[in-house]
Amino acid sequence: MGVDQLKTPLHQNHTDRNARMVDFAGWSMPVQYEGIVAEHLATRSGVTLFDVSHMGRLSFSGSKAATFLDRISTRSVTTIPAGRIRYSLICREDGGILDDVLIYRMASESGESQYSMVVNASNRLKIVDWLGQQPDACSLMDLTCETAMIAVQGPAALGVVARWLGWEPAEMPYYSGKNVHHTCGPITVSRTGYTGEDGVELIVQAGQASTVWETLMELGGEQQIRPAGLGARDTLRLEAAMPLYGHELGESIHAAQTGLDFAIQCKDRDFIGKQAILNAREKGGLPVRVGLELDGKRPAREGAEIYLENNKVGEVTSGTFSPTFSKPIAMAYVEGSAASLGTSLEVDIRGSRHAAVVVQLPFYQRT
Amino acid sequence: VKPEDLLYADTHEWAFVDEQGGEKVVTVGISKFAVEQLTDLVYIELPAVATQVQAGQEFGEVESVKAVSPLYSPVDGEVVEVNEALKDALEGLSDDSYAGGWMIKVRLSDEASLGRLLDHAAYEKQCADAS
Repeated sequence: MGVDQLKTPLHQNHTDRNARMVDFAGWSMPVQYEGIVAEHLATRSGVTLFDVSHMGRLSFSGSKAATFLDRISTRSVTTIPAGRIRYSLICREDGGILDDVLIYRMASESGESQYSMVVNASNRLKIVDWLGQQPDACSLMDLTCETAMIAVQGPAALGVVARWLGWEPAEMPYYSGKNVHHTCGPITVSRTGYTGEDGVELIVQAGQASTVWETLMELGGEQQIRPAGLGARDTLRLEAAMPLYGHELGESIHAAQTGLDFAIQCKDRDFIGKQAILNAREKGGLPVRVGLELDGKRPAREGAEIYLENNKVGEVTSGTFSPTFSKPIAMAYVEGSAASLGTSLEVDIRGSRHAAVVVQLPFYQRT
Repeated sequence: VKPEDLLYADTHEWAFVDEQGGEKVVTVGISKFAVEQLTDLVYIELPAVATQVQAGQEFGEVESVKAVSPLYSPVDGEVVEVNEALKDALEGLSDDSYAGGWMIKVRLSDEASLGRLLDHAAYEKQCADAS
């Protein structure tokens, strides 16, 4: 374990519960406590707590924050209503993806708008640096190390959080957030997550995180709340077909091929990468993000090559054994000719070919 | 077979040595410690009968929800029997890693490969140091 490894304010809570800690983007993070499948299924049926403090939390101030963020975001920021949150990409001029982020516009008590952003842990320093280099950059604060972020996820999540807050987060629309005062200090509550379940993410002061975590564990006792690690977070997001930076997204992956068109708004606005996205759409021929289900039990992993009648047509970007459906699933980029639903393909898993079929994304959608 | 009576590779495979008609046949599996570390096993790939295996070389792989892990042969020899039933019973492996959880039987070709294995006490110590 590297001496420079970062620890979240919840590190002790994890090791006290015998979590298996791994390095993730320079942070010591729990990959699992009792097991990925148990934690995954508990999130689908009940409620789990995730430490997501490694995610970067940036805050922007100044009167030009909205116009600046609008220019670096594939999705309009100036039109975000107060209290709402949007998923967006940050691109280079050539359409390569620097990060995928959540942008929050909060209404503060003074009535002034405040913008913040949650970025991937693996991209935090790169994004802070890149934003700072922009000629129209506004003032930015990196609050990652002075705060903690806890995701409470699952069908029972809102009830548990309501008991802690003293009010119902269910009153908040999906993808909205609030800055409020809690007895533990200033907090941000948002109805967001990365699991395909309903839930809440809480940003709290670093010094309060451990107490908040333990209090939530107590309040969720009746619902058999349990902590869940990055392992379950990955299988949950994959079933929900949410892209993960470094897999479905990256600097060498064009924003136009991701299938995230809801997060790309080109009409009547300009942003870095817009022209490249328009050009790529015009030209066509980019790979398509698809879902695959495989025969048998053997999961295909990132990098596995995909064949259509002996022609290589793509590669797997993420693959696992789905705990919800008890079969191997994967996301992949394939050529357009191999992307139609129902197409029969073959995946090469370390030298042997396995039958796969293109299926509708997401694999899992809550009812 | 008791875990105390087995030999172990430092890569967590166990070996049980038996005499059959003047030849030594070694049954191979993975330790309970290894199964607990892997967790959520979903798939196992084992070699065919008659495959030649070498100590320290891969003879198969076991896959969990999270990752693929190679299986290393503790000894040199030829595979004479494969536990095909294990493929559909992986979830039971942690409760039965030393009996029903055997993976392959190898006709030993080189006695010297046994000498490089750990006894139970030494293996237990390695596991304790790792966790």
